[in-house]
Amino acid sequence: MDFLIGLYDSLPVAIQIILKIVVIMGPLMVLVAYYTYAERKVIGYMQVRIGPNRVGPKGWGQPIADAVKLMFKEIVLPTHADKTLFLIAPLLSIGPALAAWAVFPFDTGLVLADINAGLLYLLAMTSIGVYGVIIAGWASNSKYAFLGAIRCAAQIVSYEIAMGFALVGVLVVAGSLNLGQIVEGQSGGFWNWYWLPLLPLFVIYFISGVAETNRAPFDVAEGESEIVAGFHVDYSGMAFAVFFLAEYANMILISALTALMFLGGWLSPFQGTFMESWFAWVPGIIWLVAKTFVFMFLFLWFRATFPRYRYDQIMRLGWKIFIPITIVWIVVAGAMQVYDIGPWYQ
Amino acid sequence: MAEIRNYTLNFGPQHPAAHGVLRLVLEMDGEVIQRADPHVGLLHRGTEKLAEHKPYNHSIPYMDRLDYVSMMCNEHGYVGTIEKLLSVEVPERAQYIRVLFDEITRILNHLMWLGAHALDVGAMTVFLYAFREREDLMDCYEAVSGARLHAAYYRVGGVYRDLPEQMPRYEMSHLGSEKEMKYRNQAREGSLLDFIEDFTERFPGYVDEYETLLTDNRIWKQRLVDIGVVTPERARQLGFTGPMIRGSGIAWDLRKKQPYAAYDKVDFDIPIGSNGDSYDRYLVRIEEMRQSNRIMKQCVDWLKNNPGPVMVGDYKVAPPPREKMKDDMEALIHHFKLFSEGYSIPESEAYFAVEAPKGEFGCYIIADGANKPYRLKIRAPGFAHMAAMDEMTKGHMLADVVAVIGTMDVVFGEIDR
Repeated sequence: MDFLIGLYDSLPVAIQIILKIVVIMGPLMVLVAYYTYAERKVIGYMQVRIGPNRVGPKGWGQPIADAVKLMFKEIVLPTHADKTLFLIAPLLSIGPALAAWAVFPFDTGLVLADINAGLLYLLAMTSIGVYGVIIAGWASNSKYAFLGAIRCAAQIVSYEIAMGFALVGVLVVAGSLNLGQIVEGQSGGFWNWYWLPLLPLFVIYFISGVAETNRAPFDVAEGESEIVAGFHVDYSGMAFAVFFLAEYANMILISALTALMFLGGWLSPFQGTFMESWFAWVPGIIWLVAKTFVFMFLFLWFRATFPRYRYDQIMRLGWKIFIPITIVWIVVAGAMQVYDIGPWYQ
Repeated sequence: MAEIRNYTLNFGPQHPAAHGVLRLVLEMDGEVIQRADPHVGLLHRGTEKLAEHKPYNHSIPYMDRLDYVSMMCNEHGYVGTIEKLLSVEVPERAQYIRVLFDEITRILNHLMWLGAHALDVGAMTVFLYAFREREDLMDCYEAVSGARLHAAYYRVGGVYRDLPEQMPRYEMSHLGSEKEMKYRNQAREGSLLDFIEDFTERFPGYVDEYETLLTDNRIWKQRLVDIGVVTPERARQLGFTGPMIRGSGIAWDLRKKQPYAAYDKVDFDIPIGSNGDSYDRYLVRIEEMRQSNRIMKQCVDWLKNNPGPVMVGDYKVAPPPREKMKDDMEALIHHFKLFSEGYSIPESEAYFAVEAPKGEFGCYIIADGANKPYRLKIRAPGFAHMAAMDEMTKGHMLADVVAVIGTMDVVFGEIDR
């Protein structure tokens, strides 16, 4: 062990960072692959069917088989498409989805880049993903793809605002843009996490997150039954797979961020109770992953349950309901902060 | 200033919401529909022309293939017309069987519609729930006719054969377990009628399940309320029938207005809507499923207590029984003549319509004395509904077009014929 640590320390900084990136990306990619499997299984059982169970034991080989299939498929370039943009679009989509993890703390100090403006960086990264979608829709030169891109752009931009305001609430309460400090600010057990004082923001943040990732019931950008597959209707093979990966990576990111900012991240839910010592052996990252999984499950549950909103109804929900509520609650949170109401503001 | 033009979007025929092969040319202003132009005919198979070249009986299986989700109702419309031309009196038991299977068909159709409509609007799960129940009803089809879809069960003069005494059971295979087999065969111990009775007891609970997922769902309501409104006057002018006209508030139902088969002997209500929007039509169809269930229950009770023939004894239109053919020359001749030449209908014409799940399905036959029709005209409900597409979608958004297609319950087998 000492030898390994010594070896690691002797490496140049750039190599050390690359190693860290690999350590984050590896499990993340596996999680994305098995999230698709989990989706098919969970929704399968919700719909009284079994889901994939043919490839490997209990179907565990399914994501790998899917990946292999997509890799060997031809990437069809539509005749009238702008080739360069058409191929850049999926990269623009997955880049931000992965880059956002750079500032994500997995435990105290366990973070790739411990920057002070972490929250701002996250906000920037989650919104930049929309370029991939717009460019994909534009470059395909198809009416369906174009409609999907326009819908998606409008939707992401609107929900970005509600999401940003929700984060402002977190910022007000935590008094820091650093994600690690935001989690530390929630220490003290279940009732000290920010979900309680920021309950409306918590709900809005997660729903906006669902809208931001274009998942049901806000999946008008893909809109299976209306515009077929929306912006990626002309994509096939790996180019499509990259969009797919980006979507699932984004879902995991949103789930993890919700857990981090509103449910105390890696903190134990039993802090401050008599059960604290019983669960002291559980590493913080387990709590974080467990909380993240709850939200990841919610994504799937939504998809199996809700009909799809119409495009203008999504806009109305975003602009006329979510944004006013967030603005009001920021004022409320500010007032609670100033007048020291509740245990969160010491 | 540059001139702003609407753009056209080619919706279908290869489109997940096109319900087969609907092609719509949409003229759009952004997401708003300015004009919707349905192009039909991509599934045209010339059923009416084909029927002119075959003996009457040979066209019954074509009727299954018209509206391929309400098979037996189509058969009913066709054999009903021929019975009217020949003045054949169908035995009462056959009439009850027909009512029973018409209602099974109605539930089959409405389940298919519900699943597809919900899927179009984005709710996936209802589709699979609906198919779970369809499976049971398909088994009923299979038990009486041997086919799950294209049954050809109704024949001129009655039905092909009586209901089976034993509901077919699942057999053990290497995939299933003993326990699972027992569970799956639970309702299949008795006769077909026992199975249907068991189904009618379970079914209202299933409908409650679908309603839990949809009826009060805010998103579902937002997507359907005030979409594709048709006033009662317009519904009449457009020739709407079935749930489409009942959704607009007109209590028009052939089962009540001009009862056929045994519909005057069973008790049921006609649900009607009030606003004429997609949501009302949804509620009407849901209630129709419950009413169909009620009718099925009454038919099962009657059929259990009243055995009898299910086919007329006139061997000019119905085949004689096998045993009789072995020692009766005349029966053998009848059999040969019926299956080679068929029967001839004297010069006459008739129209007979049934209340198919989608609306009024009728056949108009002109007979010229030969053993095949001189002309067969099929009145398919979906065709009249399709004509209202432009009117119902104008000013709505692209997503609403999908909802309207869903609410019309179109099946291209019958529209294109």
